[in-house]
Amino acid sequence: MQSSRAIEIWVGLFVAAGLIALFFLAMQVSNLAELKSNDSSYKIVARFENIGSLRVRAPVSVAGVTVGRVSSISFDNQTYEAVVEMRIDPKYDTLPIDTSASILTAGLLGEQYIGLTPGGADDHLADGDEIELTQSALVLEQVISRFLFSKAEGSGDKGGGESGGAATSTE
Amino acid sequence: MLAPFQQLGYATLSTLQKLGRANLFICHVVMGLPEILRRVRLLLAQVYSVGVLTILLVSISGLFVGMVLGLQGYNVLSDFGAEQTLGVMVAASLVRELGPVVTALLFSGRAGSALTAEIGLMKATEQLSGMEMMAVDPVKRIIAPRFFAGCLSMPLLASLFSMVGVLGGYFVGVGLLGVDEGAFWTQMKSKIDFYDDIVNGLIKSAVFGVIVTWIAVFEGYDAVPTSEGVSRATTRSVVYSAFAVLGWDFVLTALMFGGD
Repeated sequence: MQSSRAIEIWVGLFVAAGLIALFFLAMQVSNLAELKSNDSSYKIVARFENIGSLRVRAPVSVAGVTVGRVSSISFDNQTYEAVVEMRIDPKYDTLPIDTSASILTAGLLGEQYIGLTPGGADDHLADGDEIELTQSALVLEQVISRFLFSKAEGSGDKGGGESGGAATSTE
Repeated sequence: MLAPFQQLGYATLSTLQKLGRANLFICHVVMGLPEILRRVRLLLAQVYSVGVLTILLVSISGLFVGMVLGLQGYNVLSDFGAEQTLGVMVAASLVRELGPVVTALLFSGRAGSALTAEIGLMKATEQLSGMEMMAVDPVKRIIAPRFFAGCLSMPLLASLFSMVGVLGGYFVGVGLLGVDEGAFWTQMKSKIDFYDDIVNGLIKSAVFGVIVTWIAVFEGYDAVPTSEGVSRATTRSVVYSAFAVLGWDFVLTALMFGGD
């Protein structure tokens, strides 16, 4: 058994090490540092026909810079649209009122996020405003089926003399 | 012919009795909290033997677990060209699951078994009844400091484990396998949520701390006061802790991460 002073020092070091580890996890590993300015953020709303697989907490970016996050997603029973609420960092409070919002995908397999494109109006978006110009998410299945349809139609038109589908599939 | 039913009934009744004793016991221990706060030195001595002496084991294990996660994760993720999410994988698995669970298992092996053996031996050598003779409550004087020391140490040890593990994964992923350093940290930061992941992991480790220490001190206090009884109690302490930790991990994970 060591003297009580040595024990106290060791316990102090232990508790400090544990707290430092927790602090490291909070600051270096998690997103706590970004969340801090959240309380004074302002809210804007956008309606989409289809949000694809957009999730709550997905980033909202302008010109590739994250300016906020999606705070809630709900469904409007009257218009059958998805209502997406975003909280924007108060630093970025000069977005024009005719800003448009589109749902984009980061990379081929990445997660979906909202990209805002500023318009040219002089008035700025304020808390609770709604973005009128929206563009739905690109659903991969729809894109592929549209591509295949147009491909099939195209080969039907010009491939009259050729020997059908086998030639087009090798293109 | 009725003998199997009698055995079943006996087993059920004795299990329920043991559960009842364990619950009364924990109430008694928790009532010792004011006394502990008045005599913090008792608690500190136990935090030293339960927590400080476990640091080395926990950090070395954490380092190796993190390094293995780095290697294995890299192998799988590079098939999809997604090596850059290695940091997310390492940090998420450590903070959510491996940190609390593996720390609790190591903790029950290193500290829980020692607590059971110590208390069981005190009972076998009649030190506990000796204290009662001197009108000192052994539960408050001996058991409560050990219990609260365990509850306090587990979350700290689990945080330490996760941190060392993330650094181990960083060392293997970025240092040896050449994953981009910036992507490793920024992807990790953007995907790991403070409340959903880190606070939930912390809650898990606190719950496991209570469970493991509770089982350890109760098995010691409830041991048959012979050398064989103490050895059985020590084995039971580790085995029950492992079962309880893994079972409760499922329940807690379902509550925390199963919702959406």
